[in-house]
Amino acid sequence: MTTTNSKGTAKAIGRVILNTSRRPMHRRTRIVTLILAIAAVVLALLALGSGDYPLSVPEVLRALFVRDGSFEGTIVTEWRLPRVLAALAFGAALGVSGALFQSLTGNPLGSPDIIGFSTGSYTGALIAITVVGDTYISTSAGALVGGLTTALVVYLLAYRRGVQGFRLIIVGIAITALLTGVNTYLLLRASVEVAMSASIWGSGSISLVGWDQAVPAMIVLVVLAPLVILLSRPLRQLELGDDAAQAHGVRTEPARLAILVVGVALIATVTAVAGPIAFIALAAPQIAQRLGRSAGLPLVGSALTGAVLLLLADFVAQHLFPGGPVPVGIVTVCVGGLYLIWLVAVDRKSSSM
Amino acid sequence: MTIQHTPQQPADTGAVSPTERIRTRRILGWVLAALALVVAIAGSLAIGSRDIPLDVVWNALLHGSDSSSDAVVVLDLRIPRTVAGIAAGLALGVSGALIQAVTRNPLADPGILGVNAGAAFFVALAVGVLGITAVEDYLWFAFLGAFVATVVVYLIGSTGRGAASPAKLTLAGVALGAVLAGVTSAMLLSDPEAFNALQSWNAGSLQFRDWNVILPVLPFLLAGLVLAAAIARPLNAIALGDDVSLSLGVNVLLIRVLSVLAITVLAGGATAIAGPIAFVGLMVPHVARWIVGPDQRWIFAYTLLLAPLLLLVADIVGRIALRPGELPVGIVTACLGAPVLIVLVRRARVSGL
Repeated sequence: MTTTNSKGTAKAIGRVILNTSRRPMHRRTRIVTLILAIAAVVLALLALGSGDYPLSVPEVLRALFVRDGSFEGTIVTEWRLPRVLAALAFGAALGVSGALFQSLTGNPLGSPDIIGFSTGSYTGALIAITVVGDTYISTSAGALVGGLTTALVVYLLAYRRGVQGFRLIIVGIAITALLTGVNTYLLLRASVEVAMSASIWGSGSISLVGWDQAVPAMIVLVVLAPLVILLSRPLRQLELGDDAAQAHGVRTEPARLAILVVGVALIATVTAVAGPIAFIALAAPQIAQRLGRSAGLPLVGSALTGAVLLLLADFVAQHLFPGGPVPVGIVTVCVGGLYLIWLVAVDRKSSSM
Repeated sequence: MTIQHTPQQPADTGAVSPTERIRTRRILGWVLAALALVVAIAGSLAIGSRDIPLDVVWNALLHGSDSSSDAVVVLDLRIPRTVAGIAAGLALGVSGALIQAVTRNPLADPGILGVNAGAAFFVALAVGVLGITAVEDYLWFAFLGAFVATVVVYLIGSTGRGAASPAKLTLAGVALGAVLAGVTSAMLLSDPEAFNALQSWNAGSLQFRDWNVILPVLPFLLAGLVLAAAIARPLNAIALGDDVSLSLGVNVLLIRVLSVLAITVLAGGATAIAGPIAFVGLMVPHVARWIVGPDQRWIFAYTLLLAPLLLLVADIVGRIALRPGELPVGIVTACLGAPVLIVLVRRARVSGL
């Protein structure tokens, strides 16, 4: 492309112009990212310190880094740390999954929790548990297959000369209602032990996450992370439209399929451990976009916002909710539902919904 | 109540005109539906975890309790349950027909638009926070909740540009319903003792409804039905649009207010009896419209039979599906109603009735 000197110079000039014009946005994005990261760390420290046995931040730090077998150390590293890390990692995964889907469908409501994937993952996991038994592999595989199948079914049922946002959402709501019924049926049919463990999980909770559950899920998420980074370039190109993406050398259909699979894999991994946690995937990308004032949906920002949101919601569910601890899914449903109402109320171009 | 709207033509006119043929067919269909309802009532009395032969049921009905256990089951459990099903079905179906007519929204349903969730939330508040246990008292909270939810959803749906479109109204209802249902289940989870009586009720169930729950609600439901019958004819005009109905001499505002009043009483009363049940009010008016066309008076007449029929059949299915356990009727109606919602939203003209 840059065979001649003049072209190279032009490109350099162009880059300079672009840089100067885009620098404020970049700086804002960078600052917002930094602030979100700091907020996540501070919240994590606060969450590690609070509970029936409150600890100050220095005590938490000491317990984290000095392994002297003290009681504080056990509380922080064995009891509270897996939950906090899970909230951060799962929130990030939900945020990224939401950004991938919203970008793919070009609709803020095209997020996996609205269109029923998490309920589908839960159904898949329940079937796997009742048929194969409660192992990590069977649950995750069931959640993945259930989520993917639901995604496909919702997409196909909503397809009618293209997928319109409103239709996708209503079909998703209908499928969610149907699958909720199926889930109740499966739970009522299951043995008492299965039903007990499955129903806590059904409202979306990370209260019972220990290292045994957190580590495998985080390994999966770490494996998925480079794939997300790889997909971010084709994702940006697809946002410009299929023609533009093809002109930039993106094979659109394989790219779209890959994004879909990675997005479902992210949310299914979370659902397999924590159950369906609604609305983080809906809200995180939108909030990140508004905070960073970026053009597309920022993946890093969505991940950080999702992490902060889920940690915050879990903190509220655990300590601040009137009437004692509740599953975090209930908090996210309430907050996210209010956010959805706001989204509907201020919607300026109602055709996009 | 319904016959008064169908002036009988003298049958002895020689040639049968097309309108008369249609009317004969409608009356015939209505009689068939009435027969089906009778069969469903018989089934609801006879079928369950303990199947009772119909002649035993009949004997118990005629001669009262002969202290055999079958007769006790029929008189003390099955009859209240069946009456609860008929009453809740009637109320849900007619309020669905009303809400579809007055919003001109084919996707409207007191469950989908969050009206039932509002009533349930206020009942949970009354029982849990204020310690009210008598149905006569918390019934008013159900009405209040249904009213508030109806008004709030309508306000949210009609703010911003592009006034109350079906899409916005539906989304606003779904979002509000999600928030209220989330808060309600959080309250139920946080204090299982205080909410013991509400646990099965919150899933939408006819199980364990006895007379002191049903009887106080019945007068209100009757009033709501009379009101609905009274405004059926002006609602036909409203279906043509506000301008046309004004020029036809219909007081649109008055009819709207009366409709909201009737919806409130019917949906609130149904929720007080059976908990939040969705999709009955969606499905039945559509089936009725499919049989008789757009005349609200006939739609109401058919809804009066088909809605209790649907709820009783769904309840019977729920009793059979998990013998000896039970599936709550709300779950069954969700499984039946979700496909209907998908079919409706896939139709080309989703915006009009």
